[in-house]
Amino acid sequence: MSELMNDSSSLPAPPPWSFDPRRLGRLGGLAGLTMAFICLIGMPVKIDTVPLIERVLSRGYTSLVWVPVVFGFIVASQVVLEGMQARKRGLGDIIDGTVVGGIGGFLVGLLAWLINNYDIRDPLINWSPALYDFLSFSKGTGFAFFIWTALGLGLGAVGAGLQVLPTAYRRIATWPAIAIVSVSVLEAAFSDLLENLKLEFVADAIYAKQRGVTVKGAIILAVLAAIVAFGRDRVKTVVASANANGTVLPGAALLNNVAASTRKKISTTLGVVAIFVVPLFLGRIMHELLANVGLFILLALGLNVVVGLAGILDLGYVAFFAVGGYTTAVLTSPFAPWWTPELPWFVSLIFVMIVAALVGLIIGAPVIRMRGDYLAIVTLGFGEIIRLLFLSDWLSPYFGGAQGITNIPGVEIGVTTIKGTDPRAVFYLVMVFCIVAIYASWRLENSRLGRAWMAIREDESVAEAMGINTVNAKLAAFVTGAVLASFSGAIFAAKAGSIFPGSFKILVSVILLVVVIVGGMGRIAGVMVGAAVLIGVLGGPSQPGLLQEFGEYKLLVYGVLLVLMMLKRPEGLLPNVRRSRELHGDELTQDVWIKAQIEMDEEDNSATTEGEVAPA
Amino acid sequence: MSHVLEIKDLNVVFGGLHAMKDLNFHVDEGEIVSVIGPNGAGKTTFFNTITGLVKPTSGDVLYEGHSILGLDPNQVTALGIARTFQNVRLFANMTVVENVMVAQHCRTKQGALSALLNTKAFKQEEREIREYGEKVLGFFGSRLVGYRFDQPAFVLSYANRRRLEIARAMATKPKLLLLDEPVAGMNPKESAELTALIGRLRSEWGFTIVMIEHDMSVVRDVSDRVVVLDHGETIAQGDFDEVSNDPGVIEAYLGRPLENAEDKT
Repeated sequence: MSELMNDSSSLPAPPPWSFDPRRLGRLGGLAGLTMAFICLIGMPVKIDTVPLIERVLSRGYTSLVWVPVVFGFIVASQVVLEGMQARKRGLGDIIDGTVVGGIGGFLVGLLAWLINNYDIRDPLINWSPALYDFLSFSKGTGFAFFIWTALGLGLGAVGAGLQVLPTAYRRIATWPAIAIVSVSVLEAAFSDLLENLKLEFVADAIYAKQRGVTVKGAIILAVLAAIVAFGRDRVKTVVASANANGTVLPGAALLNNVAASTRKKISTTLGVVAIFVVPLFLGRIMHELLANVGLFILLALGLNVVVGLAGILDLGYVAFFAVGGYTTAVLTSPFAPWWTPELPWFVSLIFVMIVAALVGLIIGAPVIRMRGDYLAIVTLGFGEIIRLLFLSDWLSPYFGGAQGITNIPGVEIGVTTIKGTDPRAVFYLVMVFCIVAIYASWRLENSRLGRAWMAIREDESVAEAMGINTVNAKLAAFVTGAVLASFSGAIFAAKAGSIFPGSFKILVSVILLVVVIVGGMGRIAGVMVGAAVLIGVLGGPSQPGLLQEFGEYKLLVYGVLLVLMMLKRPEGLLPNVRRSRELHGDELTQDVWIKAQIEMDEEDNSATTEGEVAPA
Repeated sequence: MSHVLEIKDLNVVFGGLHAMKDLNFHVDEGEIVSVIGPNGAGKTTFFNTITGLVKPTSGDVLYEGHSILGLDPNQVTALGIARTFQNVRLFANMTVVENVMVAQHCRTKQGALSALLNTKAFKQEEREIREYGEKVLGFFGSRLVGYRFDQPAFVLSYANRRRLEIARAMATKPKLLLLDEPVAGMNPKESAELTALIGRLRSEWGFTIVMIEHDMSVVRDVSDRVVVLDHGETIAQGDFDEVSNDPGVIEAYLGRPLENAEDKT
């Protein structure tokens, strides 16, 4: 490791900071355009009704002020070239950030002036006096110019400042902001939880009753988050220095005695217990939300097998959700349009599995022979075909057409029946199935079949040349995904009590795909977190999330997220460990070792070391 | 006497390009045969035809006396023909050991159900797959073992990727190993090391080997027989010395002497 340090100091010095007006202008302009875009889609005015921090900052302004911070951060970031020293960051970068933020802010002022003087409300419906008032704080154009430029300058400097700060301090600066925003956004969930835990006084201290967090609450949160960030950093430094000196810290021995796998087991158990215990202390609305999130987690886990493991880009995944729902409806509802037995839900589940697997085979057999883009388009088509079949007049004697099927009884367990009227019970039911799905994906991933799926995902032709029957393996993935989705469909039908073709639009497939990609393809925990965060906070295709007033913009946010993830972090938020592991050190150690071996073996001074390739 | 692999009057036509012209070829058990030829001579097409990636226009490919024409690549591999790729094509995001484990797919049989139930047979087979994979990787000395097992393939150096390609082909438990430019891009030290390993592939593992190679020192050191292809035709074959002195081969590689070229026009 020390050798590495010496290496880097002998590298050529980077060019010093220089003023690059074109770059600053471009990024500043982009910052301004981003804010203008957010203004003109109407987001700030629309969500301005709820404050983030009581009387200080509304959610509307929050939707704009993050922009200069982010652009300031971007302008101060630097590309570290291989074989070059990293440049020391300093005042120059803060100037850059300030300029970029200032340009962005000035452009927002300009937007306010334009709104006041020209009327193009015809194409742009949000080009409105309301937006002007919002931007100018009802104090006139001059004030708008002044306040937005000043804000831009300040926030740009803050963003660049975050880059200049060492990582440890950066955390102390950012964690409080993240804490305040998330606590404020999650108000509905937290206040509900606190109320049921009889801790209303905490909620009263933090929240101003549907009006965001109080100023006092915000300060408390910020201080707490900063302390946590600072403490975490301190502990890390102390442990690192103790390791370096070889001293044993009290308690460290105890911690080291617990194997890493045991620690992982403990944390997993705690997580599972939390998932089952926390809902006991939540209210009805939160239960409803959790039940929806659960259904989507189950769907996402299924899609993860298809897309994440086997690499089959299935855009018609909703079809299997629909098949599960309709099969349940037909088999259990007394109102099903044609004569069918009124089976109990759990009995019908067996048939649901069989039907879903068959449909998976029937759709899969022709589709699976295609690859890449073609496969995606064909699955998209089949997804729509299934929905249209359920909607059609032709099949309405069986599936009820647009009227759907109503009076689906709930899930009978012993004496009680789980229905949509008790969303908490539905949530628990979904979680049981999620555990089944997680177990199945985990077992399959580490099996012969799972490895074949991964090989197909990596390179289909080579997988075939290595003796894998790709058609069979892909069909297996398709059917596994179909069965998992049909479970979710069956629970969905029992929860809603009725079922309509409108619940199975293409949008469900698209949002599920975003969830899987954002969470981290092929990673079970990532997919679950992705589903919980996106569906829980933003909301599903037709289910509201915690940010209800955000509902109109959730598709935009999904789209932006998808694009950004694919550009900047294709491995997802919680990537597969093997993809993100830091390995460069290992490579160097081995090279040194091999070099020594070669020299010892042969006394050959012309021994050339192999140059290891850094992880891409 | 039956050949391990026999190719009869093989023709491959891509549109207007006659990639293989009436090719006849055979390999006997335990032989190491090198296929050489200038760029575009049809060497890789030759491999692709054997492994079922390219369907020939006419002719026949016999493996142990039976025709393998029309079989899918995975069936060919299951019969016992494994190959490596010229432009290394590993499963980059899978670990080193997973790369060799997945290659044993057609030699193993535990399905999804036993994986879900975690049966005794499943655990037993997983252990065997892993052990065999580690054994195959151990063939390359210290280069692919130990902590390397669980590293993703994409962090490997170029030479190690080439080695892993060979290991992956070995893990399919083949009889006939087709190596497509195994030492391409390696430095002299590394290719000397790999040349020795190719010899050991035959003596220790009992593979019959057909190898495409441009590095003549490797070809000279390991091959029993050299076949020279040009424009899809065999222009010479025999041991290395015969072939390397063959005027036709020299012409194919270096071009015709100038006065002859004038004669031709």
